[in-house]
Amino acid sequence: MAETRLGRWFDRKGWAGLVIGAPYLWLLVLFLVPFLIVVAMSVATKTSTAPPISWGGEYPVLSWESYTRVLSDGLYLRAFLTSLVNAGLAMVLCLLIGYPMALGLCRVAPAWRSILLMLVILPFWTSFLLRVYAWMGLMGRNSWFNGLLTDAWNLLVPMDWAVKSIPMMNTNFAVVLVMVYTYLPFMILPLYASLERLDPTLDEAALDLGSRPHQVFLDVTLPQSIPGIIAGGMLVFIPAAGELVIPTLVGDAASPMIGRVISDEFASARDWPMASAVAVMLLLLMVVPTMVYSHFQARAEGSK
Amino acid sequence: MKRRPVFLISMLAFGFAFFYVPILSMIVYSFNESRLATVWGGFSTRWYESLFSNKQIMAALLLSLKIALVSATIATILGTMAGIALVRFTRFRGRILFSGLVTAPLIMPEVITGISSLMFFIMLAEWVGWPGQRGFTTVTLAHITFSMVFVTTVVQARMLQADRAIEEAAMDLGSRPWQVLFDVTLPVIFPAILSGWLLAFTISLDDVVITSFTTGPGGTTLPLLIWSKVKLGVTPDVNALATLMVLVVGTGVLVAGIVLNRAERRRVQDARLAYRANE
Amino acid sequence: MSEPAPDPFLRIEGVSKLFGSFQAVRDVSLTVSKGEVFALLGGSGCGKTTLLRMLAGFEEPSAGRIFLDGRDMAGVPPWSRPVHMMFQSYALFPHMTVAKNIAYGLKHESIGKDERAARVREMLDLVQLAPFADRKPHQISGGQRQRVALARALARQPKLLLLDEPLAALDKKLREHTQFELMSIQARTGVTFIVVTHDQEEAMTLADRIAVMDKGQVRQIGSPTEIYEFPNSRFVAGFIGSITAFEARATGRDGGNLLLDVPALGGRVAARDVPAVIEGQPLTLALRPEKLRISKDRPAGANAFEGLVKDLAYFGKDSLYRIVLPSGVLVAAHAVNARRGDEGARVADWDDRVWLSFDPAAAIVLAE
Repeated sequence: MAETRLGRWFDRKGWAGLVIGAPYLWLLVLFLVPFLIVVAMSVATKTSTAPPISWGGEYPVLSWESYTRVLSDGLYLRAFLTSLVNAGLAMVLCLLIGYPMALGLCRVAPAWRSILLMLVILPFWTSFLLRVYAWMGLMGRNSWFNGLLTDAWNLLVPMDWAVKSIPMMNTNFAVVLVMVYTYLPFMILPLYASLERLDPTLDEAALDLGSRPHQVFLDVTLPQSIPGIIAGGMLVFIPAAGELVIPTLVGDAASPMIGRVISDEFASARDWPMASAVAVMLLLLMVVPTMVYSHFQARAEGSK
Repeated sequence: MKRRPVFLISMLAFGFAFFYVPILSMIVYSFNESRLATVWGGFSTRWYESLFSNKQIMAALLLSLKIALVSATIATILGTMAGIALVRFTRFRGRILFSGLVTAPLIMPEVITGISSLMFFIMLAEWVGWPGQRGFTTVTLAHITFSMVFVTTVVQARMLQADRAIEEAAMDLGSRPWQVLFDVTLPVIFPAILSGWLLAFTISLDDVVITSFTTGPGGTTLPLLIWSKVKLGVTPDVNALATLMVLVVGTGVLVAGIVLNRAERRRVQDARLAYRANE
Repeated sequence: MSEPAPDPFLRIEGVSKLFGSFQAVRDVSLTVSKGEVFALLGGSGCGKTTLLRMLAGFEEPSAGRIFLDGRDMAGVPPWSRPVHMMFQSYALFPHMTVAKNIAYGLKHESIGKDERAARVREMLDLVQLAPFADRKPHQISGGQRQRVALARALARQPKLLLLDEPLAALDKKLREHTQFELMSIQARTGVTFIVVTHDQEEAMTLADRIAVMDKGQVRQIGSPTEIYEFPNSRFVAGFIGSITAFEARATGRDGGNLLLDVPALGGRVAARDVPAVIEGQPLTLALRPEKLRISKDRPAGANAFEGLVKDLAYFGKDSLYRIVLPSGVLVAAHAVNARRGDEGARVADWDDRVWLSFDPAAAIVLAE
């Protein structure tokens, strides 16, 4: 009977094919194909038609012009450098603030811990855009926060260095500050997860064997939390390096980050091949830290 | 040997001040009478009043909710399927590519996802004549694509913890594989699916970059509207809007957290009581 | 029973510990001499682990003092105490190799590199783990991990080694072997051991002396024999080995024996004289199963009672009988299966009428 045959096929293979196939097909069509289009665009030539590109027609079919321009034009290289430095700084600052916070979360009483954890996660659920916006309010020239910092500055430095307000908005400092603010939960949560798993008797064992508390931290706690540090670092660095919203709102237009360069090339200059080439190069840059991350992840899994 | 970790506690205090002072400051200034957003001019609720009478904002909010609802639901279905596929089917053709496709959107910068989606829709319109105009549909498609992988990560993590034996027990008792899926697997991982849906919903509701690339005329979502206002600087009506959004989401998350926490505590207590009763 | 040790190496004086309103340890005083193996025995929550943690320095006593080798330990942090601990979970550092784990404590001593390496090698040899020096803790077996923990704690040559349930994580076969190994290592190093355990057999085989603890208090201190044969309370008698207890009353003396009236046994019982008992005093008579004899015929002498075999469990080397007396009381008795044979060869069978008897010297009389 056809029905039972169909049914048997469905039980054996069909349903598995459906479960795998539907998301697979979706991602192939709506993620992989668009991505391949970007790769193809990066070797196309800019035209004044709509859409403003063409492939071939005349020799050479593939144009490497966009790539050579990216590599030769200091503007692009500077943008890459700015992105890496900003993202790197944000990552390090997140680690320096997030590590003691995560460790503190492990040390407070359990009843407090769940409340504080929720307070760490809460900003993550509220609008990203509005969290950036909140800092715009604080950093502006006439804000109470800027006034406070200005007063503190004027109190501490000699008279002739005094300023009327601290120029924070539209600087790379602002970009790093807001990145630390928005990405800090991404650092705290994996760190907390890896620190909370640690067996407290290991600390006691180290104390018992003659280590002082700070040595216990260096010898026992820190080495065991390396997977958490790497995970948190990647979770901060990767989105920070490609960030568009923060540099657009609080950043310095004169030294843009790479995300803004891509967006400007695409929308303002209508140079699709250039935007695509920069995007492909950014992705290549991202692949390296991701490989490092998955390497450590695999090693952490292996040693369990 | 119980010493108070003074340094850690003060870092926690500093960190939470860092988290919440900007938001609190924004909330305070939303009640500012003055048109100058950073100068205090007395208490007023006028920006809230003007907010509710603003048809543009209400329309944008409605569109955002519609997109978030549809995209989160489809993304949850697809993302759950992918999560189950990755954990339960360890060997099928193209699995490596598949797992790559599931992780890539997580690390792909939003700008690139946005641009590639836009180029795809433009080229598609060139080749097959669809979509003629970008808006609700294109934004929703893009949101599904990049939020489904978040659902997958959540579901995958839960699936890895789930006990394979209960699925085998169901099969042993005569269920077919797809019945097992509906009778056992999905109920077990349901909390993960729910949190996956919530995640996809907030990601969609919050997104600026990808939406700004894939939308078209008439497709202004709330984040896009805020984006266009915020680019011009700090204004009191955005403060009011932000305050409302933060309060709504904050209360929602807090209530959900408390409810889940209670349920968990009750579950643990029940288990303990049952255990004691059996002793 | 316990006499003050000749050379009080460790002296615990009236130590108490409060956690909030919960009194984990109440007024514990004891002394341990150098080179002794001393066991703290008790059920969970009896305070033995808290006492151990106070010796290690993880907790400070709420009251009382601890002297080690003449030095008051109050306020001395764990890292400065010449006391090391073998943790129940072993607490090996998962990111260090076996050798690095053992060397960890030596890091804080000002000794040369060569000497340190020599000490680690010596310790590895002591616990026979030299071939595993470069493995990580998750790459060795449970028994090997236990030995690494021991070597790590011994490497710094502590004055006092604390062992928290040293054998609990091992399976039964390995446990017996490890017991003897621990004793031989203790004998070779001469380090004073304090063992915390809930397992009476472990305490009895390992320890020179045992302190039985209950609800934060020490109930009795003595050698294993003293504690087993001459328990001072019903709690200790019941905790170490098993007993059947009867209410009794002293009625008089007969030569070297004390005469008791035991209603549940339906008559008089003679027990080897117990000093400091006055006539008419309510007492407890405790009988250990292995000290009761079972016979088909009435045995000669006093202390014989008739009963019915209600239950019977065959263990191979011996059998446990549960015998119901006319008063309705159940008495447990062990009989060694001295002869080989089928069911017919044993002393008694289900529903047999049998006689129970015991030597006056086997009866434990407790003034409770």
